[in-house]
Amino acid sequence: MTPDHNAARHSAANLSVTGHEHGASGKFVEAVDLSLSFGSTPALRGASLGVAKGEIVAVMGPSGSGKSTLLHCLAGILVPSSGEVHFNGMRLDRLSDDKRSALRRDRFGFVFQSGQLVPELTAEENVALPLLLSGTRRGPAVAAARTWFPTLGLDGLESRRSGELSGGQAQRVALARGLVAEPEVLFADEPTGSLDSVSGELVMDLLVSAVREQGTTVVLVTHDARVAAYADREVVVRDGTVGTLTGAKP
Amino acid sequence: MSVPLTLLGLLERGPSHGYDLKRDYDAYFGQGRPLRYSQVYATLSRLARDGKAVAGPVEQGAGPERRRYIITDEGVADVEKWLAEPAPPEPDLQSELFAKVVLALMLGKHADNYLDVQRAAHLQRMRELTEFKRQGGTLDVLLADHALYRLEADLRWIDHTAARLDMIARTVQGQS
Repeated sequence: MTPDHNAARHSAANLSVTGHEHGASGKFVEAVDLSLSFGSTPALRGASLGVAKGEIVAVMGPSGSGKSTLLHCLAGILVPSSGEVHFNGMRLDRLSDDKRSALRRDRFGFVFQSGQLVPELTAEENVALPLLLSGTRRGPAVAAARTWFPTLGLDGLESRRSGELSGGQAQRVALARGLVAEPEVLFADEPTGSLDSVSGELVMDLLVSAVREQGTTVVLVTHDARVAAYADREVVVRDGTVGTLTGAKP
Repeated sequence: MSVPLTLLGLLERGPSHGYDLKRDYDAYFGQGRPLRYSQVYATLSRLARDGKAVAGPVEQGAGPERRRYIITDEGVADVEKWLAEPAPPEPDLQSELFAKVVLALMLGKHADNYLDVQRAAHLQRMRELTEFKRQGGTLDVLLADHALYRLEADLRWIDHTAARLDMIARTVQGQS
């Protein structure tokens, strides 16, 4: 990580409330009894989930069960109408929009179903984007981005734009973008959903290797059991509530 | 899987001792269930008796007596026929999963609890196989993928069944 990058990351440190590494429950990321409706349609009905630091948890469930909504609440993209969201000892749901944005920018990483790369930017600029948005100067940001290309089997593709990449390549670029700022938590929503099984496995293999090396905590939403099998454990969301498959506390 | 035909197939690569056949069988197909030497030699004797292979003369050496086995034309034909035949698709109509769901519903018990426990067991096995794949070579990946796809098919059945438990319960309890 570059000095610029470090300084930018620490600009978000004033968001910490307790200074402790974990919340009161000992979980690094935690949802407690979340409820949220879209209009008259309830998406979450008392959903709770705790994730330990460095853990990879797969959130499974049928379409429309609320699993993506839960991820969005944990990541501070959505604010629940009731319940609590904790990250590293702070009440994330009580933060202002600006502070939640800063948190997402500086301490969280994201990978979605289709890479959502910026088409006007090259692959390396796309990867560098989180660093640039955090205040890292262009030179160090692009240099840091380039280091990911050999790791993810993307050597030689640095200058390509998203339209010149295959689906699997674009998703690996998106993965690099999600991890380049060494986030504390990576939120991945169906990261292989648009890929064939071989490309999907490659992305998951690289994702798991990278996050294990960085010690990143991962919340992985998937409907695919083969993807969930890369996680340390899985929970199932049904009708807006979270259950485990074994009766243990989620 | 047919052990005699698999050994015969390995023998088609070239004349071989029982020791080498066992080593290769265990490496490629054993997966934690190695053949016993007695099983290898008994199988080779039967293959020789049935004209699928011939045993060479006893080779004297520092170790125990050894014979080299050679596949016959009849043996080659058997291997060729076996490789061209489809393996029987396993219908699984005597599935334990199915029996437990139906019995639980007949007895008015919570089949969904059983399906959750079974889903967890399947996912745990899928995690183990995925880790095996990540640590293994090309053939390990091929083998683990076969098991993973079968487990995935079971999981789909579990989810499909879980979504229809009320309807199935009415059927097995004699209601329409």
